[in-house]
Amino acid sequence: MTTIQGHGASAGVTCGPLYLFRRPPAPVYADTAEDPGAEWARFKSAQTRASLQLAGLARRALRQGGQKAADLFETHQLLAEDLDFEDAVQRSIRLDGLTAEAAVNKSAEQFARMFREMDDAYMQARGDDILDVGRRILRILSGRAEGRLELEWPVILVSDELAPSETIQLDKSKILAFVTEGGSANSHTAILARTMGIPAVFGAEGLLRPEYEGQEAFVDGETGQIVLDADDETRDALLEKQQVQARLAQLLRALKGQPNRTLDGRELEVVCNISGPGDLPAVRANDGGGVGLLRSELLYLQSTVLPGEEEQLDFYRSVLEPLHGQRAVIRTLDIGADKQVDYLPLPAEENPALGMRAVRLCLTRPDLFRVQLRALYRASAYGNLAILFPMVSSPWEFTACRALCEQVQRELTQEGVAFCRDVPLGVMIETPAAAMMSEELAQVADFFSVGTNDLTQYTLACDRQSGQLDQFYDPHHPAVLRMIRRAAKAIHRHGKWIGICGELAGDVQMTELFVAMGIDELSVSPSQVLPVRNTLRSLDSRVNGPRLLEELGE
Amino acid sequence: MKEFTYVIQDPVGLHARPAGFLLRRAKNYHSSVLVKAPSGREANAAKLMALMSMGAKAGDTLTFILEGDDEEVAAADLQQYLPEIL
Repeated sequence: MTTIQGHGASAGVTCGPLYLFRRPPAPVYADTAEDPGAEWARFKSAQTRASLQLAGLARRALRQGGQKAADLFETHQLLAEDLDFEDAVQRSIRLDGLTAEAAVNKSAEQFARMFREMDDAYMQARGDDILDVGRRILRILSGRAEGRLELEWPVILVSDELAPSETIQLDKSKILAFVTEGGSANSHTAILARTMGIPAVFGAEGLLRPEYEGQEAFVDGETGQIVLDADDETRDALLEKQQVQARLAQLLRALKGQPNRTLDGRELEVVCNISGPGDLPAVRANDGGGVGLLRSELLYLQSTVLPGEEEQLDFYRSVLEPLHGQRAVIRTLDIGADKQVDYLPLPAEENPALGMRAVRLCLTRPDLFRVQLRALYRASAYGNLAILFPMVSSPWEFTACRALCEQVQRELTQEGVAFCRDVPLGVMIETPAAAMMSEELAQVADFFSVGTNDLTQYTLACDRQSGQLDQFYDPHHPAVLRMIRRAAKAIHRHGKWIGICGELAGDVQMTELFVAMGIDELSVSPSQVLPVRNTLRSLDSRVNGPRLLEELGE
Repeated sequence: MKEFTYVIQDPVGLHARPAGFLLRRAKNYHSSVLVKAPSGREANAAKLMALMSMGAKAGDTLTFILEGDDEEVAAADLQQYLPEIL
């Protein structure tokens, strides 16, 4: 078995023969010319042709991949017509006596270098665009047709790096995956592959070897792995992953845009658990209705210093804005002795899970908490925010959080900063105390979300990190489920809503019971949205609901 | 001469797409449109690569300077248009 590790650029597992793409050799041309006027006229005519071709490609991309794909070629068209590029070509022709070809080549490379030297990954990747535009003008100057790839059967296309114009002209029905030795996650091939839902891996160095031509390989566009001669175990694992994905894709086609509604008309919100803006494409791809839990820890764990207000604002905003009004529930900081960060030394504890963590830490260190709350309220101007407080056990803890929120609101009002005045404030039900106190909590909080992982651990007094306790750690335990039911009843009596955001929310065996309990929202990992929707749409809560509740008791 | 500022809202900054929109919009005006970034770099809005290579990022304040016989109308139009694209 040979494994080549690249970087995943577009998720999906696929298997098929490798096809090594070789670009036709670059046209040969003379460097200098006698008649600058004639060379300039040749350039202008080729530039016009290139511009027309690109306008045609943009129309084609619009049909195939939508506006986003078309944008690439519209940009290329503007690059071909760019005044600075034209000036550079003109200078090379008139002052250095170059041919139109040599002038185009030199100018394109000069601008590509400029982009590549910028300090921004997105801009660096734009260097390839100007080179692609330059090659197009060169091809026209040399009277060559564009290289076209005629594929007879579906293949995994391997290349050094594909130009966007090459990608768009391929027959997509014959491409199982794109693999490039170079490229980046921001390259157009990667963007197009994602738009079209074709798996893609870049940076797979060492795959462009003649002996690999035609060999069967697996490509995992999520992990970036390419596997040749897979052993049985790997093959089975990849085939299974492929099947799961195929099922999801099938569900997606059937269920996209459909309501999360049972046969008897009960509708739930099915939303996603995420760690940051990087997960939003998966939310969209799986038709998630918003974000039911953003764990703000990532922001803290990936930083080497305490993230400041502006940095936090950027992070929250980058989640809220792209959701276009769909709700995002953001959980405040949940670190403690078990999730340490260097810049915030916490004393070691005998029982970190029962120690100084989450809201306990935040209320003990209001200086830390205030920065996060200020950033959250400032971000509220950019979308539909709800704030969730973790590890609340007593109503006073929530009331103290709300008081801090009100203080932050007063500060922002005085400073004249825009924010939303009625951000819903919620309690995470993850301690048995919160479940038992749900009646009192429902009088003060706006909404609730059950964290089933911690609720199971604390209810069963069973460490979820300990592998030895697997048979005792049972999230389906009636004690856990009764807690949830008790909370749901109390919360609904007060007209508030309750969601579930732990792993149990995505467990389709539990969906029917959750509907019977009247749970309002299920927040699941993006890949579980459609399986849950599928389960909801095929159940009638009147059939088993009453019996399930009776069996559960409480 | 007409001058105004605009804070970039787009998380990727002044990337190809908004730069392209800006360029096409500016072509409609008789006035010249000069864009200045906080880095001190400046670009004529008629030039795509110059706009992109300013490296203007989200949160940067851009200064727009318009000069020409329709500068009032053009500046008003651009101020209204920018929030849609950038």
